Amino acid sequence: MAMISKEHKKEKLEFEETELRLGLPGGGGIVNGDLVKNGKRGYTETVDLKLNLALKETGKGENLQKEKNLISCSNDSVKHTHKAQVVGWPPVRSFRKSLMAVQKSNSEEGGGGAASFVKVSMDGAPYLRKVDLNMYKSYQDLYGALGKMFSSFTMGKCDSQGMMDFMNERKLMDVLNGSDFVPTYEDKDGDWMLVGDVPWGMFVGSCNRLCIMKGTEAIGLAPRAMEKCKNRS
Amino acid sequence: MAQSFPEDVLVHVFSFLNCDKDRNAVSLVCKSWYDIERSSRRRIFIGNCYAVSPEILIRRFPDVRAVELKGKPHFADFNLVPEGWGGYVYPWVVSMARAYPWLEEIKLKRMVVTDESLELISKSFKNFKVLVLLSCEGFTTDGLAYIAANCRNLRELDLGESEVEDLSGHWLSHFPDNCTSLVSLNISCLVSEVSFSALERLVARSPNLKTLRLNRAVPLEKLPNLLYCAPQLVELGTGVYFAEIQSDIFSNLAEAFLGCKQLKGLSGFWDVVPAYLPAMYSVCSRITSLNLSYATAQNPDLVHFVSQCSNLQRLWVLDYIEDTGLEALAASCKDLQELRVFPSDPYDAEGNVTLTEQGLVAVSEGCPKLQSVLYFCRQMSNAALVTIARNRPNMIRFRLCIIEPRAPDYLTLEPLDTGFGAIVENCKELRRLSMSGLLTDRVFEYIGTHAKKLEMLSIAFAGNSDLGLHHVLSGCESLRKLEIRDCPFGDKALLANATKLETMRSLWMSSCSVSFGACKLLGQKMPRLNVEVINERGPPDSGPESCPVEKLYVYRTIAGPRVDMPGFVWTMDEHVSSRLSRATE
Repeated sequence: MAMISKEHKKEKLEFEETELRLGLPGGGGIVNGDLVKNGKRGYTETVDLKLNLALKETGKGENLQKEKNLISCSNDSVKHTHKAQVVGWPPVRSFRKSLMAVQKSNSEEGGGGAASFVKVSMDGAPYLRKVDLNMYKSYQDLYGALGKMFSSFTMGKCDSQGMMDFMNERKLMDVLNGSDFVPTYEDKDGDWMLVGDVPWGMFVGSCNRLCIMKGTEAIGLAPRAMEKCKNRS
Repeated sequence: MAQSFPEDVLVHVFSFLNCDKDRNAVSLVCKSWYDIERSSRRRIFIGNCYAVSPEILIRRFPDVRAVELKGKPHFADFNLVPEGWGGYVYPWVVSMARAYPWLEEIKLKRMVVTDESLELISKSFKNFKVLVLLSCEGFTTDGLAYIAANCRNLRELDLGESEVEDLSGHWLSHFPDNCTSLVSLNISCLVSEVSFSALERLVARSPNLKTLRLNRAVPLEKLPNLLYCAPQLVELGTGVYFAEIQSDIFSNLAEAFLGCKQLKGLSGFWDVVPAYLPAMYSVCSRITSLNLSYATAQNPDLVHFVSQCSNLQRLWVLDYIEDTGLEALAASCKDLQELRVFPSDPYDAEGNVTLTEQGLVAVSEGCPKLQSVLYFCRQMSNAALVTIARNRPNMIRFRLCIIEPRAPDYLTLEPLDTGFGAIVENCKELRRLSMSGLLTDRVFEYIGTHAKKLEMLSIAFAGNSDLGLHHVLSGCESLRKLEIRDCPFGDKALLANATKLETMRSLWMSSCSVSFGACKLLGQKMPRLNVEVINERGPPDSGPESCPVEKLYVYRTIAGPRVDMPGFVWTMDEHVSSRLSRATE
């Protein structure tokens, strides 16, 4: 008799496996070590009562509480979230990470470790920019970068002819060194100096901010500036 | 009823069914429909290569022309899946080489592909046309040489963002002179220089070439040559976008772009020199897809360029765009559907740019078609998320990464439960969600209650207890992929929802609190799941059964346990205990 009823039970379970359901999937879980597929037992019903009871019955004394698990094992499961380097966080693909690192190191090749950002303004330009002086090895490098940065301002609207003129390096140097604009900087003492007078390294160490001034504004900065203005007029 | 139609008629009718769901449905009607359908199915998509075996595939579908396979779990992208885990395509290629001589297309994602596989592909399929390898690894440029040399009718070669051992650029020269069929070529992931003249000749003799994505080694000065050979290009990935400032380079570039009247998509821009961006202004108004995520340009150059692209639908960009740039984007690009903002310096705790929640709010307000977002930032608030949710109920994909784990609402210091709750409640079509920041079990309750169309959920450093996981597994009816890391979820919710796992493609849990005992139980009771424990530090039974496993990957399968597992992966099935004890003898 007992065997027959067991078979009935087995058939019932199998039938329910193939039964079409309209309810939520899931709700079928493992209870008392058995797979139960019928009905949607509530969470507390299934787990807190049945599963815990089962464990108590087997007398293993095992506890599903996280803390005890962690203590009884080696210290591998608790993740310490250091500010530096949690594996795989933030979730940036390694492909992307390595490319960015290469680009960064390329741009930092000129200088040493730490960045040395200074603000750069230009008379008549609506925006301030920032440059990292450590990125450049010489005044020429710096002029090149400044030229690129402020090219769109010197010709107003971006037409390709004007851009081409500006791209011409000779003209660029003229613009920066010559009659119209003069690169100047504010040093640590608050004095405004002409760019180019001191050795490069000293300049990087003492420069607080840069300003590309109109030649007329640069009068009084240094004798050279005054001479330029005289030559113009 | 089925008998009243001759087979030919049914074959013809079925030929209009292209989507798998429809084909699967007709297969269930009756045996003859099943047979007709299976012999006429040409395209196969297998989302988990271990869910089925090549033999099972071939037995059911005897005449397949296109196969798409995915291997490693998504978290492999972030180095969470150890090297050697699996995902080998070679056994598939061997079987398909025998069974599908007319195979034309192979598309792979996150799989291990060897040169041997590539050689076999190139020699086995006479009409081979399309090879797409996304985020794959294991092959070298020698393997590519086989493809180039032997695939006479090659239309598409897309190396995606694969890791290729780059021995030389010589492989490209293996394309024979009579190969004129190329439609799409993406070699952007390769490092070494290919012969430019070989590339130029290849492009010149490919009149149907629509997509060309170059690698970084192609110099900017030479780009005009390629553009003149292929003015019909629709998608272009530049090489390095850097050159000394010279007026003739600029004018050549600008003039070449003038001729590209079909161009709709741009990418590349490595080492970009902002001064050269205006060379592209003539094409900007037609651009719908722009990938500037490798371009280290800053504002105002960056935003100026992006604002020119008034018809933009998809923008990938670095956080150099800043809030101000996103506000400008919101004002000028009203057709925007997808926005991805990547971190320029992910490991800098303070951040070097002014990109906050404001930028995303602005775009959500200004771009009515915005439906897909991936956003890395350093601060977020519930108020901002609620605003975004109310602005964009049409959101389909929402992935937010606040860089600091467990960061709270920066204004109120509360968890971000309310904000993400608003997202799932308002965005009823949401299919994909990635969350970050400080989150309690409450957010999972919201998700289980509202996210009925959610198919993929990514969770990290969130939740308080098993209740959180239970809400998701019991409430999210459409859930297919669930990936979890560093959450206090353990055995209870997993075991209580065991049958749910058979309705999903896969579940990943790493650095959680699932015990070895529970994994064994799950594997023993659920024969149609592969329950794989990944423990790099040693066999899972070296400690007590209550000890948590390092990583757990559970997926449904009809192929049984896999046979290619490395030493640090154990399948939990009824034999596991004896297998483990044998191993330690």
